[in-house]
Amino acid sequence: MTQRQPLLEVNGLSVTFPSESGAVEAVRGVSYHVMPGEVLGIAGESGSGKSVSSLAVMGLLSRRARIAGSVRFEGEELLGVGDKDLSKIRGGRITMIFQDPLSALTPVFTVGDQIAEAVRIHQNVSKQAAMDRVVDLLNMAGIPNPRQRARAFPHEFSGGMRQRVMIAMAIANNPKLIIADEPTTALDVTIQAQILDLLQKAKEATGAAIVMITHDLGVLAGFADRLTIMYAGKLVEIGEVDDVFYRPRMPYTIGLLGSIPRIDAAPGTPLTPIEGSPPSLTNLPPGCPFTPRCPMRVDICREEEPDLLRMNSSGGEHFVACHRSAEIEQKNLKGVDIFPASAAVSSRIEELPREGRTPVLRITDLKKHYPMISGAILRRRVGTIYAVDGIDLDIREGETLGLVGESGCGKTTTILEILGLARPASGSIEVLGRNTAAMTARDRFQIRREISVVFQDPMASIDPRMPVSDILAEPMVTHGVPAEERSKRIGQLLEMVGLRPEHTSRYPQEFSGGQRQRVCIARALALKPKLLVLDEPVSALDVSIRAGVLNLLEELKAELGLSYLFVAHDLSVVRHISDRVAVMYLGRIVETGDVNRVFDRPAHPYTQALLSAAPLPDPRKERARRRIILKGDLPSPANPPSGCRFRTRCQKFADELNDSQRQVCIDVDPVLFDHGNPGSDHRAACHYAEGEN
Amino acid sequence: MSSYNGGLGIFLLRRVVYLAVVVLIATSANYFLAATALNPRSNFEGRNPPPPPAVVDEQLTSLNLNDKTPVVERFGRWADGVWHGNLGLTIDHESVNAEMRRRVGVSLRLLLIGSLLGCFCGIAAGAWSAVNQYEFSDHAMTILSFVILSVPTVVLAVFLANAGSSFNDAIGHRLVYNTGEYTPGLEAWTSADIVNRLQHLVLPSLVLILQGLAFYSRYQRNSMLDAVGSDFVRTAQAKGLRRPQALIRHALRTALIPMGTFFAYEFTLIFIGSIFVEKIFSWHGMGEWFVQSIQKNDVNATAAIGMFVAVLVLFAGFLSDVVTVLLDPRIRRT
Amino acid sequence: MSSIPSPIVEEPVETTGHDSRIRLVLRRFLRRRLAIAGFVIVLLLFAFAYIGPHCYKWRYDQIDFEAFLQRPSATHWFGTTQNGFDMLALTMRGMQKSLIIGLIGAVLSTGIAAIAGATAGYFSGWTDRAIVALIDLILVLPGFLIIAILSPVFHGRTWLIFVVLLAAFQWMITARVIRSMTLSMKEREFVYAARFMGVPDWKIIFRHILPNMSSFLIIDATINVSSLILAEVGLSFFGFGVQPPDISLGTLIGDHWESAQTANGYQFYFPAILLVILVLSVNLVGDGLRDALDPSAGSATGKGAASR
Repeated sequence: MTQRQPLLEVNGLSVTFPSESGAVEAVRGVSYHVMPGEVLGIAGESGSGKSVSSLAVMGLLSRRARIAGSVRFEGEELLGVGDKDLSKIRGGRITMIFQDPLSALTPVFTVGDQIAEAVRIHQNVSKQAAMDRVVDLLNMAGIPNPRQRARAFPHEFSGGMRQRVMIAMAIANNPKLIIADEPTTALDVTIQAQILDLLQKAKEATGAAIVMITHDLGVLAGFADRLTIMYAGKLVEIGEVDDVFYRPRMPYTIGLLGSIPRIDAAPGTPLTPIEGSPPSLTNLPPGCPFTPRCPMRVDICREEEPDLLRMNSSGGEHFVACHRSAEIEQKNLKGVDIFPASAAVSSRIEELPREGRTPVLRITDLKKHYPMISGAILRRRVGTIYAVDGIDLDIREGETLGLVGESGCGKTTTILEILGLARPASGSIEVLGRNTAAMTARDRFQIRREISVVFQDPMASIDPRMPVSDILAEPMVTHGVPAEERSKRIGQLLEMVGLRPEHTSRYPQEFSGGQRQRVCIARALALKPKLLVLDEPVSALDVSIRAGVLNLLEELKAELGLSYLFVAHDLSVVRHISDRVAVMYLGRIVETGDVNRVFDRPAHPYTQALLSAAPLPDPRKERARRRIILKGDLPSPANPPSGCRFRTRCQKFADELNDSQRQVCIDVDPVLFDHGNPGSDHRAACHYAEGEN
Repeated sequence: MSSYNGGLGIFLLRRVVYLAVVVLIATSANYFLAATALNPRSNFEGRNPPPPPAVVDEQLTSLNLNDKTPVVERFGRWADGVWHGNLGLTIDHESVNAEMRRRVGVSLRLLLIGSLLGCFCGIAAGAWSAVNQYEFSDHAMTILSFVILSVPTVVLAVFLANAGSSFNDAIGHRLVYNTGEYTPGLEAWTSADIVNRLQHLVLPSLVLILQGLAFYSRYQRNSMLDAVGSDFVRTAQAKGLRRPQALIRHALRTALIPMGTFFAYEFTLIFIGSIFVEKIFSWHGMGEWFVQSIQKNDVNATAAIGMFVAVLVLFAGFLSDVVTVLLDPRIRRT
Repeated sequence: MSSIPSPIVEEPVETTGHDSRIRLVLRRFLRRRLAIAGFVIVLLLFAFAYIGPHCYKWRYDQIDFEAFLQRPSATHWFGTTQNGFDMLALTMRGMQKSLIIGLIGAVLSTGIAAIAGATAGYFSGWTDRAIVALIDLILVLPGFLIIAILSPVFHGRTWLIFVVLLAAFQWMITARVIRSMTLSMKEREFVYAARFMGVPDWKIIFRHILPNMSSFLIIDATINVSSLILAEVGLSFFGFGVQPPDISLGTLIGDHWESAQTANGYQFYFPAILLVILVLSVNLVGDGLRDALDPSAGSATGKGAASR
């Protein structure tokens, strides 16, 4: 077997940026290679340098960056080559896909023009020929009506469609290497599945190698052949995907894998959080940058940064940068051996059966419609958006309800309606047994003590000009808690969320993302509420930090007897933390019930698709999975399909039903039917739910 | 949707009505203010010998300027005239319509070339600055713009007028003129006349060009810088465009979008800014009239000019909307 | 293994204090030498205008009967006018007026804009429509014309009315910008958090929304200073602004511009040049502040490249 030449060889790549507070070493000596036709995954959190290293390969960094090292593509050295020569390679033999397709496409040119531009830079073809190629590419990328859509502007496409356009642009010239920088991070999970599927097709069609950069290990488990983990600007582990997932030898990797909630986890499986947060890249101390967070640290870790060492027990080439990697390999240490896991805690209330507990929140047939205003200058009403179109929710004391759905399903509107405590346009909201329609302003003000909220982005939900003490005091001041009691309570709250009392005078910018979210949680608990509404509380945090916050939330719930309305799009997080779940689609709840029942045996096709699209950080299972790829995009909430709203994308509708059955789906709007054994907590809104006749 | 066009039509109508109402209110407010605060009677009483009161009253009434008539009545007469297209009489018994037509022409001839050139040079200079950020040319341009923007139009005009004179003295020949629109006596619109007019136009236009250069280059630079650092320029480069190409094709085009609004407002409001240029260079356009009508207590003229300005501002807003729609496809189809 | 996780010990990201923001701002400001120069010059001009008269032997209203229309000399540093007034004294006095008008007017203008814009943006509905209509109306009214027409009214009374009028025609565009900033800030999570806590509306506007626009407000106020000074000059030039016997740089320029080309041009050039220096310095400070407070505005400092 002849030794194949690597397509891309990166050796000792270093990138440093000057900044106001000193030099930022974004990439510190990174070496890897990519073979033709293979998929290399680069995983890491913020500050790991994963994106910067790829931008350096493409020569797209700003002029202020200092780059050193070597990058060889098909044997040619790329670093130091001038812009003119590099532009011949870029877009032709190496192409790149970016994270946010809205900002990555020029808003003033049509999509067709932009793709045609990519073609005509590298191929000497006429305008017409380029346009024909554009239509071909759009068709291959799965965009309906390609010739028409080529004349549309980027803002007229949905997020998933825009990313398809970017992929079309990237394969226009049959590249040898495609670098995909977080291509699906901004997308919903079912759309993500579509795009990953498309990337796979693109790879097969062009034979290109792909470098896939992401923070989501689950995505890489099913997609990558080889995988590298980056931390603080360096590679800490690199190897075949099975080796890295099943035989990780670097404590960071081990901890990371243990801290990710899994969709297939047994109930009550604890998460192992990694303490601390990724370091800042200015003035890094000597030694291994993971030391402050590593439970296995020894003296040498603080002095010397480890080199990549080969692991012998692995099938393929597996390198790990840790002083104790040999020991880890020898003893085959797993996550639970290295990182302390928290035991599952439950409160007394949870031991009571559900029916016996007091209802904390009850929503009946809630509807919220918005007028659709179009045009920025000529603003006029052109329709109605049926954001929430008749939902029922029921949360009891000591219970967590997970509200799951993708963007546009109406979950944000739902929680804003609940928190507004106003009389809804239609339906009713009852908080702690009191109907909001019957409340006076005074009542509402009182009830606000019982229900509070934690939002997704901790930086955006705190006023950056207030110190922590003021932030925590604000709810108490508003509700007239006397000063003495306030300061005592502030100390209590900080302790409850794992922060130190000295932190009261600090400002939010001085904290890490995870700490800030803890401040938000503390603020939400200031007035001892009964119900906490959490809107994607961990999605904006780094992966290694999420586990800590999730554990905290569970602990607080048990200790304080809280109920949670937990809104999220990440199903594995929802499974981990919720007792019950409700799945939303286009303003309706399509399936609801006990979380284990729903996730183990989903009845509604949408839930099935969601679950099949949720990435699993388990390569064998990922490869064996049968993925359900939904067709097309979410219909417009202003114009929902007749009958069952999901029918336009439903895999069952498309593949399994006969014509008369389909007619039922078109004509009759399904309601939530009980599913499975009577009395079991599981309902689905589907005429042909799985497992039913 | 079948109601789409109907809805659009009705909507435009509503907007036009709203704008018309605003103009109406503004114009009326102008009239009332002018009619009450100005004192045309004092013009007559200041003469030597002072005319008898009856004569004064008659004169004032014939001009619809008599302060003994209730304001509302005077307004009624004026408004009635305006509705029929007649803006009334100036305090010198001339037709306001004719005077305005003449003076608008003068101002247009004064401002058109200078402002267009200023805008064009400014945008080019701004784009150039942005592409060469922090280099010498960028710094020089920034400093120049700064200084120019800090000089009041009056001072700039006086300075250039004097510079022109000194220039003439230096070359011993009167090349540029700093007084008036043209030298009287030449037959209108012959080549000699045109050259003469251009000679008169150079200095005042220079004021406008310099100011335009300074103003537009700063805003265009900022706009370009935003575009230059954006993700889509990076994508353009990733496709294989060289940096200069990517900047011109993608960044510049996108950076022009906000400039449309600026240009629309600046261009239309420059009429008002011309009061200084017209005063210093003695051009008899709208700007000069603007000031004179107040100084002469000419109520009808003042009210007419107020209306003119109101219409101009609204036109500016309308124009900026149109330009934005033309330049920015995101607004076009939503 | 352990049951309940102990309090997480996380290292803070930056070990700087609150004054970190102020310190950072100051650091950036000080780095612009031109901005500091501008600031120093403004201070010097203040000294010139207010302390100068006490150090100089001639008063602005004093006539020297032995020196009519005299060129700058040792006795009269800036020369004298046709009526025997000392030019330097006049300039100092005029500078006082210009400075004060600029400052008071700017604070007034920005203040009105902030309250109007934030109220319109926050409350929406009819309040918003009313304020926007008001803004449109005033924008359409020719401010110059109106102030000019009204100038006889404040003849003889305090020039403060003039300042108020100037500010009254200056606030509209800023108010619009503040309104749209408020509209987007209203959807930010920290405003939602405050609303759902039960914090009253006015408190949200004054404690959360406006303070988060403070950079913009400061920059706007600074720009307004120079705009108002220039507006005053324009009006006073024609006699519509500051009225005699008050003196401002505008009145001086208006009185003496015709002599600019003659040998007695010093009467025009001294006030004109000092005016330009004043406006230039204020603009430099404003520009420096903008860089210091909001460096992302107007420059692409490695955006998109160094973010990961």
